[in-house]
Amino acid sequence: MSVLVYVEQAEGKFKKSVFEAVSYAKAIADQQSTNLTAISIGDVAESELKELGKYGASKILNVSVDQLKTFVNQAYASVIAAAAEKEGADIVVLSNSFSGKGLAPRIAVKLKAGLADGAVELPGTDGKFAVKKTAFSGKAFAITELTSANKVIALNPNAFGVKENATDAVIENFAADIKPSDLGTVIKDIVRATDKVSLPDAELVVSAGRGLKGPENWGMIEELADLLGAATACSKPVSDADWRPHSEHVGQTGIAISPNLYIAIGISGAIQHLAGVSSSKVIVVINKDPEAPFFKVADYGIVGDAFEVVPKLIEALKAHKG
Amino acid sequence: MKILVCISNVPDTTTKITFTNDNTEFNTSGVQYIVNPYDEIALSRAIELTEGGKGTVTVINVGEVANDPTIRKALAIGADDAVRVNAAPRDAYFVAKQIAEYAKDKDFNVILTGRESIDYNGNQVAAMVGEFLDIPSVSIIKKLTFEGDTATIEREIEGGKEVLTVSGKFVASCAEGVAEPKIPNMRGIMSARTKPLTVVDAVAIEEVSKITKYETPAPRGTVKLIPADQTEQLISLLHSEAKVI
Repeated sequence: MSVLVYVEQAEGKFKKSVFEAVSYAKAIADQQSTNLTAISIGDVAESELKELGKYGASKILNVSVDQLKTFVNQAYASVIAAAAEKEGADIVVLSNSFSGKGLAPRIAVKLKAGLADGAVELPGTDGKFAVKKTAFSGKAFAITELTSANKVIALNPNAFGVKENATDAVIENFAADIKPSDLGTVIKDIVRATDKVSLPDAELVVSAGRGLKGPENWGMIEELADLLGAATACSKPVSDADWRPHSEHVGQTGIAISPNLYIAIGISGAIQHLAGVSSSKVIVVINKDPEAPFFKVADYGIVGDAFEVVPKLIEALKAHKG
Repeated sequence: MKILVCISNVPDTTTKITFTNDNTEFNTSGVQYIVNPYDEIALSRAIELTEGGKGTVTVINVGEVANDPTIRKALAIGADDAVRVNAAPRDAYFVAKQIAEYAKDKDFNVILTGRESIDYNGNQVAAMVGEFLDIPSVSIIKKLTFEGDTATIEREIEGGKEVLTVSGKFVASCAEGVAEPKIPNMRGIMSARTKPLTVVDAVAIEEVSKITKYETPAPRGTVKLIPADQTEQLISLLHSEAKVI
């Protein structure tokens, strides 16, 4: 019995959400009085792999083969499940990232395991392995008991935090047995904006809605986001009108996020939008309509015209940063 | 091309979510049900790909008879026929197994789902169906085109996209961008009444998970309002009180 965590790399590096998954998996390993093994697939330098030890992984399986240099959902799932079986791991943890969402269900089927995805807390320790996960697009949580012998958990970004737990990590090469039929998808191109903070992982998010009147007015939103090191987001009407890309749409039919700070500018706060952002730790609302429903779920609010308030906020932030 | 689209019956997006029976059951009283919005995107793309005699679209739902109006809505949008696996959907593992069992000998070229259902937000079914059928699966796609037997897919990744190709059968879960959701017209609504809706029995599968309780998010305190001309006060509160910047 042990815990296995899949550590997703992007261009040879691990992101904060990966260290969070390792920290979370380590806490589960401690609950179960067992060890934590991590598995990495792709080209990652030894020094980067060693980083995983900081958060509690005592063994790191490194899969570095030509066919798996870029993501192949089916093959990656096979390798992770094979590693779980070989290591005798009955609990597999992943980040609930875009790739994690594709892997976790396949691993669950391979291991005949129950899957809790969108997990936000550690499993209960009252004899039932029950995990709190988001449901109804952020309008609720479902406590999901995994009743199978094997278990898979996909952890939401920003839900658990990174916790250091220095461990001497041993790195081992893991020989993956790859079936040709697992290599059905072929990557042709990867486009990644490296100068921008990715929205699902972002700790700070600046979001704007129809109150901005048109896509030409997003300059100040981007400036504010840049100053904060925040990602930009938008409401559904904005992405529907193609003012901003669909990937920025947060809400019930967009993506759900849980940053430390969510600043909503010119967004009234329809129930569908609130669903996607209600688990943000701190919410700031800037809206000229004092009756906007968003103020009811905000921590801080400014009633005012975005075109006056945002430039002043940028000035104030510049002054604060010195 | 034969396409199977998996649809979920979910509460309307404006539903206020509450629970009953000591927070162990979703309160269905007064709830309007709809085709899961992401599944509508998948269905709309499937219809576009098969229009003009280029193929057929079958929709499948795992659920009880109460789901039939939602299934008829999918037929009104333009699916050719429908299948309902007659069972309460226990969890994604159960649902995916039923869909895979139905699809395994039907020779569908493509199986599409929405990126997630807006009730349990799993995004599990597509990849699980792929695994049960041992065919590729691509999760959260933004674009789907075909050239002969080869599909070109854009998949969302953190901060960007991945472009990939897949030949032969596969499963994909669709997000916004794949298609504009189609709205049923009068002809569609009329013809939906007579399109075939086949009901099949579920197969048995072991239980792997169950929801034991629901919780609703803790309410926030009252909003702290800051005068519009004192933005520096907001910055200072975010820095020293909320400690988020």
